[in-house]
Amino acid sequence: MTMTTSRPDRAASRKPGWLRQSFDKHWYAWVMCTPVLLVLAVLVLYPLGHGIFTSLTDANEFNTGRTIGTNEIPATYEFVGLANYIEILSGADGSFYPRLLWTLTWTVVCVALHFGIGLGLAMLLNRAMRLRTLYRLLLILPWAVPPFVAAFSWRLILNTDGGVLNVLLEGIGLSSVDWLGDPIAARISVILVNVWLGIPFMMIALLGGLQSLPREPYEAAEMDGANAWQRFRAVTLPGLRPVSGTVLLIGTIWTFNQFPVIALLTNGGPGGATDILVTEAYHQAFQGIRNYAGAAAYGAIILSMLVVFASYYKRWLNRNTSEVS
Amino acid sequence: MSAAPVREARPTADTRSVTEPPKRPARAPRKRDERGRLASVALHATLCVASAIAVFPVAWILLTSLKTDRDSWLRPGELGTLGIDNYIQTLGETQFLTWFTNSVIIAGGTTVVAVLIAATAGYAVSRMRFPGHRPLMWLFLVVQMFPFAVLIVPLYNVMSELGLLNSYIGLILTNCTVAVPFSAWMLKGYFDSIPMDIDESGRIDGLSPFGIFWRLIVPLAKPGIAVTVFYSFITAWGEVAFAKVFLQSESMYSLPVGMSTFVSDWSSEWGLLTASSVLVTIPAAAVFFLVQRNLVAGLTAGGVKG
Repeated sequence: MTMTTSRPDRAASRKPGWLRQSFDKHWYAWVMCTPVLLVLAVLVLYPLGHGIFTSLTDANEFNTGRTIGTNEIPATYEFVGLANYIEILSGADGSFYPRLLWTLTWTVVCVALHFGIGLGLAMLLNRAMRLRTLYRLLLILPWAVPPFVAAFSWRLILNTDGGVLNVLLEGIGLSSVDWLGDPIAARISVILVNVWLGIPFMMIALLGGLQSLPREPYEAAEMDGANAWQRFRAVTLPGLRPVSGTVLLIGTIWTFNQFPVIALLTNGGPGGATDILVTEAYHQAFQGIRNYAGAAAYGAIILSMLVVFASYYKRWLNRNTSEVS
Repeated sequence: MSAAPVREARPTADTRSVTEPPKRPARAPRKRDERGRLASVALHATLCVASAIAVFPVAWILLTSLKTDRDSWLRPGELGTLGIDNYIQTLGETQFLTWFTNSVIIAGGTTVVAVLIAATAGYAVSRMRFPGHRPLMWLFLVVQMFPFAVLIVPLYNVMSELGLLNSYIGLILTNCTVAVPFSAWMLKGYFDSIPMDIDESGRIDGLSPFGIFWRLIVPLAKPGIAVTVFYSFITAWGEVAFAKVFLQSESMYSLPVGMSTFVSDWSSEWGLLTASSVLVTIPAAAVFFLVQRNLVAGLTAGGVKG
């Protein structure tokens, strides 16, 4: 083993020819994947199938089967085909397109700020200086704090009466703002909190990417008289592309589906102003008259939008990365 | 305030482009890492402000939890009397310790199960070209996109059919569905960065594929595994939506569910809430400090190859 490891190699050349030979090896592979597949099949694929079926019916709180005491009430919901989807996509329910617009705004703004600030901080941290480890530890802290604790904390800070932010604003002579009660201010607040929560992941991933960049291109660029901005544009950004491609994809998906921040901070309010598609679907299923079918249809629409986005993005990324390398 | 983090952190590119060129003529063969005094001050100032913003909400919770006056959270300007009354009350008069134990079992169980099964699957996908490895990675990616909030109703039915409602195992498994796909992607990327030669040599020495994985690859993949441990633990430790629906008796509550009873329509015990928030953050921070050295290395390999 020691002999062979000493030979530097193309790290991940994926040509395990010897593995392809025998059925035994496939057998091993499948055994190693079985636990994952079992868990995903029972807890994701089956509920998904169930959800898609529900979305084709008119199931709600009153017509699903349930047991009250000793009486068993049979399910009476009916198959309605694509009616739920038509109602949502035609805009007849009145909330899909406004929510979609806000969800897209929310996702783009959050991910852009995550990435921009994360990259900025990563570049500051990627140099020799005093206290570097301390800064890094402090800056990752929001990631280590459980999101619900962060949400409580921000509610305390943003509170209209006695929130420290308003006290500060009044202290410098500005009028206080109803941070979680005014539609515009609430939207700014949820974005602010989500940006605060999401930066550390981007920062650490991009810092790792920066540290793995070779030095030579920088020296060559400096020789050629490229200034800092040109070096950043021409060397750093292309070099980071594999890392940034992945974290942008993950970040977009996470933000698009960011349930806890909105649910705990504003619960979609005021008047649904901060409801993104996911929280809207949750409210359909659990608030007022429980509209299971509508919620399931929302879920299916959200998932298909993300799948389409991810496959286009992957294709675009593959094309661009192969041009670079 | 809302725009503050943006403004503070943006100078990144600016500090470089604005402060560096003027110094250029001074010393020609200057190395990239050397800075003028001004640039140094700007750098530290920016990082200090950013760190302060990152730490402030946590520090604020800590401060509030130490205020013994009941309504003092309404008056952030004044300090009042400080003390650990809230902590004593939290630990002595509430079910905090029961919830804490529940959360440790659930988050610990999730971490062990998720990392184990994600590691074996990630290794299989990284090394073996078996039929179906591509769809499997796609499945992981798609599962990561799941709007889980919407799946709670069907999941609830599955859980009650399996008799796993109000049990640790049920919640550990549901948390795994969130933790496993990310971990598998992450570890697959990390395993890709470990040379195939090591597997070859293990094979020549007569190890089975599983032996190679367990005795050669896992020890080498520690940084990658550390990241997934961190991610799985943090995810499970802070999970609210499933726990709220699946855990039904007060003695089975996990911390977030239990703590949310402190501030509700009937009571607003911000003292208890903030004190328990601090206590909840400690284990998360401990796991975080244990693995933080590996976070950068682990995420890079995963990111590059993912």
